[in-house]
Amino acid sequence: MHFVVTIENTGETFRCGEEDNVLQAMEQLQRRGIPVGCRNGGCGVCKVQVSEGSYTKRKMSRAVISADEEASGCVLACKIYPQSDLRVEVVGKMARAIVAKKSMSFDFGFATATAINQPDEEK
Amino acid sequence: MALTGVLRPGHVALRVLEMGPALKHYKDVLGLIETARDDKGRVFLKAWDEHDHHSVVLREADEAGMDYMGWKVASVATLKKLATDIEQSGLCTDLGWVPAGEHPTTGERFRFTIPTGHVMELFAEKGIVGNNCGTDGENINPNPWPDGLKGISPSRFDHCLLYGDDLDGTVKLFTEVLGFGVAEQVMAGEDKSFMIGAFLTCSNKAHDVAFIRQPVKGKFHHASFELGSWEKVLHAGDVLSRNHTSIDIGPTRHGITRGETIYFFDPSGNRNEVFSGGYIYYPDRPTITWWDVELGPAIFYHDRKLNEAFLSVFT
Repeated sequence: MHFVVTIENTGETFRCGEEDNVLQAMEQLQRRGIPVGCRNGGCGVCKVQVSEGSYTKRKMSRAVISADEEASGCVLACKIYPQSDLRVEVVGKMARAIVAKKSMSFDFGFATATAINQPDEEK
Repeated sequence: MALTGVLRPGHVALRVLEMGPALKHYKDVLGLIETARDDKGRVFLKAWDEHDHHSVVLREADEAGMDYMGWKVASVATLKKLATDIEQSGLCTDLGWVPAGEHPTTGERFRFTIPTGHVMELFAEKGIVGNNCGTDGENINPNPWPDGLKGISPSRFDHCLLYGDDLDGTVKLFTEVLGFGVAEQVMAGEDKSFMIGAFLTCSNKAHDVAFIRQPVKGKFHHASFELGSWEKVLHAGDVLSRNHTSIDIGPTRHGITRGETIYFFDPSGNRNEVFSGGYIYYPDRPTITWWDVELGPAIFYHDRKLNEAFLSVFT
């Protein structure tokens, strides 16, 4: 069974089977919008807030998704499998890159020293 | 023997989200050899050409990342001396001894947390299980490699790249207390005086550990395993694709260390590398300096630019 995933930040939509995780489906269809990191639940780059729809999920690293976040639908796109159409908002640390064309400069000077990869309440 | 003090990376202990998929990855795809499990559920593995009992320790946990990295030192006397030196340096926190036997066949380990937040260990003794190449007894009339290798089958655990904030403190510890050399460095700022990357060696290798300055504590970028040739790096890419392993980048070449490389992720998102090449480092070799504006080719020599994942994706 296939469902439609909508990325609220960009309006992008793509189909995702119930056996596929949302990130994998996006990549397979060569769609963009959710930043791709490790694809395996560890790095937190593909963090999304699910605003509508139901899904099953697999284990995600607590270093990047707190229990409270997970309970409130803030999850990793690489570890959720749709059970209905989904609407998601990209909230990971690379989220700004999808709405503004990012520059290819990288900052080591700590000017962007937000707490990278950590659950939101620890920031 | 000229190589004294800290000899080499001895082990890396990684946290995995689920042990089953992790073992399939580390044993069948990467091709490490399991040597023990303990009553805590930890699994101990080694690469084929390592003689010591284990070089990779896996532990199932709620979060991915690195628990600690262990270094083998030349003798028990060296271990005691370096423990004292570390304590007297005042650079480290949470100093303590892990009793012998806490890792199978391993002597006591001196554990400490370095300024970038990573837990490190020194140890002098670990059981020798050999590389299974001997034909008339262990290390007698050996074949060049053993039968029964699986997957990528690198020869050894080689180094880690780690992310942390107090790079200056960590470099001071490794160079002034532990006797490492700086093979390569990445410098930023108007006068190129702000170090953002250090590639450190205690041996003839281009690096035994590397650190990049990031506003985090104790983060893990990758653990790397050695292959004998560029063609084997290409073969590793084939093995990874065949097994649907998440590949980060490569095969390609690093400017820093000149290594030929492929980056990929274990099933918990911990980055692995297999690489070949590099150069022989001697302590009198001049340090190579890269400027931050040339960081692209320094990291990925062919693309000449960083991918976003290099700095953003770690555990």
